[in-house]
Amino acid sequence: MNSSMINESSSAATLRDNADVAEVLGRSYSAGFVTEIEMTGLPPGLSEETVRQISAIKGEPAWMTEWRLQAYRHWLTMPRPDWAKLNIESIDYQAISYYAAPKAGLKSLDEVDPALLETYEKLGIPLHERAALAGVAVDAVFDSVSVGTTFRKQLAEAGVLFCSMSEAVREYPELVQKYLGSVVPTGDNFFAALNSAVFSDGSFVFIPKGVRCPMELSTYFRINAQNTGQFERTLIVAEEGSHVSYLEGCTAPKRDENQLHAAVVELVALEGAQIKYSTVQNWYPGDENGVGGIYNFVTKRGDCRGDDSKISWTQVETGSAITWKYPSVVLRGDRSVGEFYSVALTHHHQQADTGTKMIHLGKHTKSKIVSKGISAGRSSNSYRGLVKIEKGAEGARNYTQCDSLLIGKRCGAHTFPYMEVKNPTAIVEHEATTSKISDDQMFYCRARGIGEEDAVSMIVDGFCKQVFRELPMEFAVEAKKLLEVSLEGAVG
Amino acid sequence: MLKIENLHARVEGKEILKGLNLSVNAGEVHAIMGPNGAGKSTLGNVLSGRDGYEVTAGSVTYNGVDLLMLEPEARAAAGVFLAFQYPVEIPGVNNTYFLRAAANAQRKARGERELDSMQFLKLVREKLKVMQISDELLHRAVNEGFSGGEKKRNEIFQMAVLEPQLAILDETDSGLDIDALKQVAQGVNMLRSPERAFLMITHYQRLLDYVVPDFVHVLADGRIVESGDKSLALKLEEQGYGGIGASHPAGVHA
Repeated sequence: MNSSMINESSSAATLRDNADVAEVLGRSYSAGFVTEIEMTGLPPGLSEETVRQISAIKGEPAWMTEWRLQAYRHWLTMPRPDWAKLNIESIDYQAISYYAAPKAGLKSLDEVDPALLETYEKLGIPLHERAALAGVAVDAVFDSVSVGTTFRKQLAEAGVLFCSMSEAVREYPELVQKYLGSVVPTGDNFFAALNSAVFSDGSFVFIPKGVRCPMELSTYFRINAQNTGQFERTLIVAEEGSHVSYLEGCTAPKRDENQLHAAVVELVALEGAQIKYSTVQNWYPGDENGVGGIYNFVTKRGDCRGDDSKISWTQVETGSAITWKYPSVVLRGDRSVGEFYSVALTHHHQQADTGTKMIHLGKHTKSKIVSKGISAGRSSNSYRGLVKIEKGAEGARNYTQCDSLLIGKRCGAHTFPYMEVKNPTAIVEHEATTSKISDDQMFYCRARGIGEEDAVSMIVDGFCKQVFRELPMEFAVEAKKLLEVSLEGAVG
Repeated sequence: MLKIENLHARVEGKEILKGLNLSVNAGEVHAIMGPNGAGKSTLGNVLSGRDGYEVTAGSVTYNGVDLLMLEPEARAAAGVFLAFQYPVEIPGVNNTYFLRAAANAQRKARGERELDSMQFLKLVREKLKVMQISDELLHRAVNEGFSGGEKKRNEIFQMAVLEPQLAILDETDSGLDIDALKQVAQGVNMLRSPERAFLMITHYQRLLDYVVPDFVHVLADGRIVESGDKSLALKLEEQGYGGIGASHPAGVHA
């Protein structure tokens, strides 16, 4: 990314040049005001004014601003969720800033937190990537222009659209208007409403009819990403017969002063299309006493809108002080397929309440859920799954497998499966196991020369194999390493 | 190679080994027989370093080193191998992967060069050929879904790959039918060498028909009460343990 590309995407520049926008918004924002916000971010607090300001800074068209405002107004009427088995300290929504200034680039790796660099080392992240991840000015170290250019060329040839959400709102408004909020309506839940009002950025992917996206799309290559992370909004649309595999996240720990993260991801698969969405996320979990960790609330939903479509969610998650996410699939089209493969690791004082929802509407729809929870330390890991078979879902099938692995004596794992079946021809299977790493297994490994920590890693990896198999290869390697690093100190 | 002197050991507060003495040299095959509860498995577990076994007196010297001071991993790296009586399953962990991890961990501890996956696979295939074991073993997870015989064969196969100096077979013959027993015995025989010693803890005499021992010891009431050559085993088979004057203590089968 060279600096001219960054300036090009700066919505402030667009705004300065476009007085019409200011007029439409019914306010006059002086150029200076906008620049100032750009530099310092918005002060904490959330009001209609804040929402308008965010939209103005991003130079959004009126319809987008109005969409946000409607979401905000709905949010005001919604009660905060508290049914999850979590200890959440009340979040003060007025104490958060909803637009953070872009961070000044660090000049070199010397300025980066050494603990962070050590983690990159352990995770085997290539040197040139470390700089980019740590926020060092990329063009100083890594010539991403050439990488980005080849990548974009290939996609352009295939007709694939892949850009930031902010760019999509400007460049492809018809597509955004058509699909945004069609899978997760703004009023769907508390955090979705919040996200819809204040979302910062995210990915937009559009695969035209019959196209197999020529490469795996990764957030790493999403050029022109603005301030993401806090309220990310992603929309992926796969037209008839198209295929795409999307990778989110990376194993490098995301250290973020922003404690609250509320993301929304919407996937739309039309007839015969397939979307594979993989996540390997390593959030900062807080220190050993759980202080300072990130609260991660995510609404992820896929709509198998067309017959014979397929959506798969695969995720490996560690870290984050509190995780609340339930990637789901609505199986609308006949013979559509939904899959969910997950490994969730909690350690120290982390709490995870995760799971999935498979909603069967169409005929002969199939869903498969494989959820593996690993608890260590004093952590608590809950799986909450819903399999809903509606009246019209003739011949629906579900297979659910939840396995929990406990390491040590002070952690917990809980399973809350819900099954609502309204069609008598449906077949729903559920298996659950809970196990510890047995002393016999540990001794067997040690008697063969394998040390305790390596033995735990190995056994945990075997436990997760079913899920790791579903990840694209490089991600699988990263995920394995991530678990190893995260499990340090879990034994004894 | 191995010198056990006046070994006393306790499990769950109960003394099982009450002054055991044994000497094993390289190249020798020793068989340890005895009634239930005599301490056979306790001996195997103490030698391999399992948790829960407390040595209250005596010593175990292995190649001049105090074996009891070493962690299980260190004992393995020093060349001690225990073929388990009940090999545990480790689901999802590939057999070959496990063995390579073990081999390399031991090599690293010994300051030797580790093997990459290609080199290791070559080594493994050689061993499979020599031991006449099918290579489908390579694709399976450690002991997952294995029959009793397959588990025991897997132990012998691991032994072949890890090339220990002191191989302790803990009731390897238990639960095996004749054919499986012959296969296991064949494997053990192929691994006999002047540098290697075997300590076979066995319940029945059967195994000793196929793996002919140099020495036979009777372990009763926590002590070696009689030693002899292979004919001692035949005598025991005919006369039972009563003739040796061994008591039959009930209690902890270690």
